[in-house]
Amino acid sequence: MSFINYLISGISLGSVYAIIALGYTMVYGIAKMLNFAHGDVIMIGAYTVFTVASSIGMNPAVAVILSIVVCTVLGMLIERVAYKPLRQAASPLAVLITAIGVSYLLQNVALLVFGPNTKSFTSVISWKGVSLADGKLNISGVTIVTIAACIVIMVALTSFINHSRAGQAMLAVSEDKGAAQLMGINVNGTIALTFAIGSGLAAVAGVLLCSAYPTLTPYTGAMPGIKAFVAAVFGGIGSIPGAMIGGILLGIIEILSKAYINQQLSDAIVFSVLIIVLLIKPTGILGRNIQEKV
Amino acid sequence: MKMFKKVLSLVLAGAMVLSLAACGSKDSGSSDGGDSGEEVFKIGSIGPATGAAAIYGLGVKNGAQVAVNEINEAGGINGYKVEFKFEDDELNNEKSVNAYNTLKDWGMQMLVGSTTSDCSIAVSAKTSADNMIQLTPSGSSVDCIATDNAFQVCFTDPSQGMRSAQYIGEHKLATKIAVIYDSSTSYSSGIYAKFKEEAANQNLEIVSEGAFTADNNKDFSVQLQQAKDAGAELVFLPIYYTEAALILAQADSMSYDPIFFGCDGMDGILGVENFDTSLAEGLMLLTPFVADSDDEATKKFVDSYKKLADGETPNQFAADAYDAVYALKAAIEKADVKPSASVSDICEAVKGAMTEINVKGLTSDEQGMTWAATGEVDKAPKAAVIENGKYKMMQ
Repeated sequence: MSFINYLISGISLGSVYAIIALGYTMVYGIAKMLNFAHGDVIMIGAYTVFTVASSIGMNPAVAVILSIVVCTVLGMLIERVAYKPLRQAASPLAVLITAIGVSYLLQNVALLVFGPNTKSFTSVISWKGVSLADGKLNISGVTIVTIAACIVIMVALTSFINHSRAGQAMLAVSEDKGAAQLMGINVNGTIALTFAIGSGLAAVAGVLLCSAYPTLTPYTGAMPGIKAFVAAVFGGIGSIPGAMIGGILLGIIEILSKAYINQQLSDAIVFSVLIIVLLIKPTGILGRNIQEKV
Repeated sequence: MKMFKKVLSLVLAGAMVLSLAACGSKDSGSSDGGDSGEEVFKIGSIGPATGAAAIYGLGVKNGAQVAVNEINEAGGINGYKVEFKFEDDELNNEKSVNAYNTLKDWGMQMLVGSTTSDCSIAVSAKTSADNMIQLTPSGSSVDCIATDNAFQVCFTDPSQGMRSAQYIGEHKLATKIAVIYDSSTSYSSGIYAKFKEEAANQNLEIVSEGAFTADNNKDFSVQLQQAKDAGAELVFLPIYYTEAALILAQADSMSYDPIFFGCDGMDGILGVENFDTSLAEGLMLLTPFVADSDDEATKKFVDSYKKLADGETPNQFAADAYDAVYALKAAIEKADVKPSASVSDICEAVKGAMTEINVKGLTSDEQGMTWAATGEVDKAPKAAVIENGKYKMMQ
């Protein structure tokens, strides 16, 4: 019975990683850059909901929509100011370092604006969840909503990319920016749209992360962001279903290794599994093996 | 024209010489008057007044100021007034040492600080070299009092662990104990190591041992599940309130309701903005000070503190600093030293007197607190319980 309980905990932790990983993998898949500030956009999204829902008392649903708008605008702003000028830089490392800088900038701005004190986040999901086997097994409402949200986002993103003009443009940009531009695709606009969608997803992830683990500090997004990045690599970075599978597997491995191996070594075990997976399948579980034509 | 310039520069040079001379004579005059007329004790203090730990440093600053004001109104120490000055260290070791140097230039004779353990350790290397008496209100590491001029008002980390186990054992709160501690901080693992040792003496059985690290402090379902499966009646949480708030929420969602017992790091849990305080109902913590307490001394302190600090409620750091100033007062009176004595002479005298005094403070009970020559304080531990969303002192 306790094994099933651990499994449920693993899935709920994993579903949070999965929803963050979706945003990571989306931006990487199209723009081919690692947006390390993603975790901190999540934090800003959570603070937005906290401020308008908990402090002003606005309806949580409205607060979530507002937070998506704030994060979308923030994501586009970051892309325009910090990443776009560096797109032609000689080394791809320039953008990576800038992303780390943006991450610290967001953390410190949040520290300044919201203060260092921990805030307690009120879950936007009031549903208690499902209780099985005479109350011995509990699946919380947040977990079910998170998994449902993951699936909806996954399906919506996949169909958007495969069936809409803007989505096709994204695919084209991800394969060859130069050729896409020659075909009349607005490369800058497409990448901005990618960031807008990725950051909007970050807002949703932020709300669900803080609903599941209800404390909020300026560093709330940092570690889950890194774990979600690992999940995205694990599932095959760039692959949208891969991010979801990677996230949930990562959560389950983390919880089971805590429960049965060692609580202090769980992170080390998670990362060892990642190394093993990458040794066997370098592109991750669902990663495509792209042949470079020389 | 050239002539005029020469004359002008001569006149100006003459004026400068005169003004310098005037300055000199005026300076010596005033300092003469200061030395003979109104000698004062100069107490300095250091702590983070800005940044993430600002509530600690500001507590110390204002708490000590309340004590100094009271002492001056009552006629000072041995008839001499006290001057107090606080410097910000932003929770940074080097800045703490810089703050110490600034205070020394000001003429500090005794130090109440630093506020936090690491800064206090950094400064103690300097105070030891200068032989200045150092009394840290809240630096709880054992290393804060490694030098023989340094004393502590709060319990050391191991001491908190030992006293927690004693409190649980003596009050028969539970026999089956689970622990969840942060293995990545010396604070938490320091308390736990000693707790475990003392638990055996108190016939407490540790049935489940849960650990986490700073990088893995969101999900506690495994630790709680193991505690629940092992049948623990009490969960000991020697951790800070940020993680404890999550643990309480997760225990509630899995319908696990043991007694939760924390140390001084738990203080502040009710101050978490928007926290559902019903989750903390029944939570016990070993803390030296509760602002809601009914006793007269505490009420008076809270009133004066609020007047000084724009209505802020004092925390345990404020109370520790208040007691620190009174402990220095008691030691100076015992040793009968004068402000004209050198820093080193004051240190020698106060150091000896510290082990002889007994101070009844805000953080001690009626029995008061005493100090060992090592610098460690001895006082009865005080525990509080959260009832109806407020801290209440246990009798």
